[in-house]
Amino acid sequence: MTSTTVTTSRAKARPGEPFLRVEDLRVHFLTDDGVVRSVDGLTFDVKRGEILGIVGESGSGKSVSSQAIMGLHHDSNARITGEIWLDGQELVSATEQEVRELRGSKMAMIFQDPLSSMHPFYSVGDQISEAYLVHNKVPKKAARAKTVEMLKRVGIPNAETRYDDYPHQFSGGMRQRAMIAMALICEPTLLIADEPTTALDVTVQAQILELIKELQAELNSAVILITHDLGVVAETCDKVLVMYGGQCVEQGVVNDLFYEPEMPYTWGLLRSMPRMDRDRETRLVPIPGQPPSLINVPEGCVFNARCPFSSRVPGNKCFTVHPNLVKAKPGHDVRCHIPVAQREEIFRTEIQPSL
Amino acid sequence: MIRFIALRLVGAVIVLFIVSVVTFLIFQLGPLLSHTSPVYYYIGKVPFKPGSPQLLALIHRFGFDLPLYQQYWHYLSGILFGQTITDGVTKPIPCPAPCFGYSFRENDLVSTMLIQAAPVSISLCIGAAILWLIGGVTVGTLSALKPGSIIDRVGMTGSLAAVSLPIFFTGPLLLLLFEYTLGWLPNVTYEPLTQDPLQWFNSLILPWVSLAFLFAALYARLTRSNMLETMGEDYIRTARAKGLNARTVIVKHGLRSALTPIVTIFGIDFGTLIGSTVITETVFNLRGLGFTALHAIQQEDFPVILGVTVVAACVLVLANLVVDILYAVIDPRVTA
Repeated sequence: MTSTTVTTSRAKARPGEPFLRVEDLRVHFLTDDGVVRSVDGLTFDVKRGEILGIVGESGSGKSVSSQAIMGLHHDSNARITGEIWLDGQELVSATEQEVRELRGSKMAMIFQDPLSSMHPFYSVGDQISEAYLVHNKVPKKAARAKTVEMLKRVGIPNAETRYDDYPHQFSGGMRQRAMIAMALICEPTLLIADEPTTALDVTVQAQILELIKELQAELNSAVILITHDLGVVAETCDKVLVMYGGQCVEQGVVNDLFYEPEMPYTWGLLRSMPRMDRDRETRLVPIPGQPPSLINVPEGCVFNARCPFSSRVPGNKCFTVHPNLVKAKPGHDVRCHIPVAQREEIFRTEIQPSL
Repeated sequence: MIRFIALRLVGAVIVLFIVSVVTFLIFQLGPLLSHTSPVYYYIGKVPFKPGSPQLLALIHRFGFDLPLYQQYWHYLSGILFGQTITDGVTKPIPCPAPCFGYSFRENDLVSTMLIQAAPVSISLCIGAAILWLIGGVTVGTLSALKPGSIIDRVGMTGSLAAVSLPIFFTGPLLLLLFEYTLGWLPNVTYEPLTQDPLQWFNSLILPWVSLAFLFAALYARLTRSNMLETMGEDYIRTARAKGLNARTVIVKHGLRSALTPIVTIFGIDFGTLIGSTVITETVFNLRGLGFTALHAIQQEDFPVILGVTVVAACVLVLANLVVDILYAVIDPRVTA
């Protein structure tokens, strides 16, 4: 009770603040091989009713940063610094108890693989009810009714009988629907979907994304959609944040990022994306090389080893100076040493024709 | 679920049948291969020369000249329906089912001996099992929650030490401490639970502890590794993401999965243990199945060895049956 009043008073004290604001978030893991800088200085914000897409390769820090927001890392090996403001409440410095009370109620998460993310020994319905019962003091019967209602809402037929089925008796798409029901049962205002469609058929993917969009509109929540599928981003998101090597390398509204991308890594991502509206003869252009080691992050720009344009920047700057995230235009930030005019030139003449 | 249990029951019956055939054959063929008649092992040292008419008469009287399948049927029907034992001289002895024959060494029915010995073994094993399960799982879970911590190191070093110490070391050590030095349990002899519960408890507490000590160590290590694996599962992350408190996550979501493989191993361990607590029984002077078997082996008392073997096998099969059913209750994927 007390925590809610504190939250609202704090929320009122900061008018005009975005619903979720992440400020210079760093998540470092202490391992035997050294410090893994999984997320290094990430800053972004999401308003209510907005969908932010976070894209990047595996190991770029997408999931790690979202789990940091949810407070799912263990204190014993993860060192988290920076600020995470959710509706006026700071989460990095909050106690485990405070964050736990927010988890599942104010912020919820949908995971990538719905089969391994559900407990094999409990029925789907009971697992969803459990999520409701943690935050709502109601009799079990009421929780069951609420769960059945939620299962119906996410499009599970015969919800009353399917309640008692186990996860292995559900199909992949049904399981992900059930996961969504579990995440949304307490009507969270922040929803993080970590690659929610990766494990699913293409036809089911579209349905699931549509469902997330619908429910998001209904609850007016802020949504973070983590994916490596740019098609999903283009279709679903309002804003995009491109991550590479634990850092944000470019962010902006979807149209800017797709039609006027400025960072060579984003170009690479766009070029390696299959397109139905292009001639099939043209080959996809992959980004050569591997993502950097997060233990020995390269000096200078994180993308320098794979960037085909680093030689065009005078003074070997890409290999010596770490570029800042600079505003290219309102609402569009880019982390690149190539001067803005030259970037636009390269994009127009060398990249755009091959997209 | 009913189908599953029925199938398992049929399986158990088949296994028991095979066990009875194999044990019967071993005890028949052993003497035959060494060119002696099984009659020696069943009746004892008879002062008749091989081939002498008296010996042949004896062999005939006890049916050792019948074809093997008839002998087997005689033996099996004895277990299932009972029989009357007669040596042709003294009064016939009725031997109700399950009849495992007569021990001429002990002058007693084998089933009577087993019925006296079995409760001792069962009391010993169940008590020890409760102790080692509680102890082992608790230590293992605590260790797994903070790997590398002081609790983990003490728990795991302690369990390594416990595994390394045999019962003939820990048993006398406990006796020395509690019975002789502190005098807490002076000279307690076993009494059945139904007759004197306190005496029963007092006579078994030290055997329980020393037996449990050994197994708890094993179970602590098992629980720890299972728990470490389980706590890294995706569904544990989901449970935490729901906002469940740490205890619910650990016990309801973590331990429940981590204990499943332990249930399987427990069934085998417990089933095997019933007939093999001979060291514990000897150290603490308990007359259980292990002691009975050892004594029978020393006396070459075949009917008793056979009886103990069959009973031990039955317990093992039964324990596994219970475990299989329990497993299906725990893990809904098993019956599907």
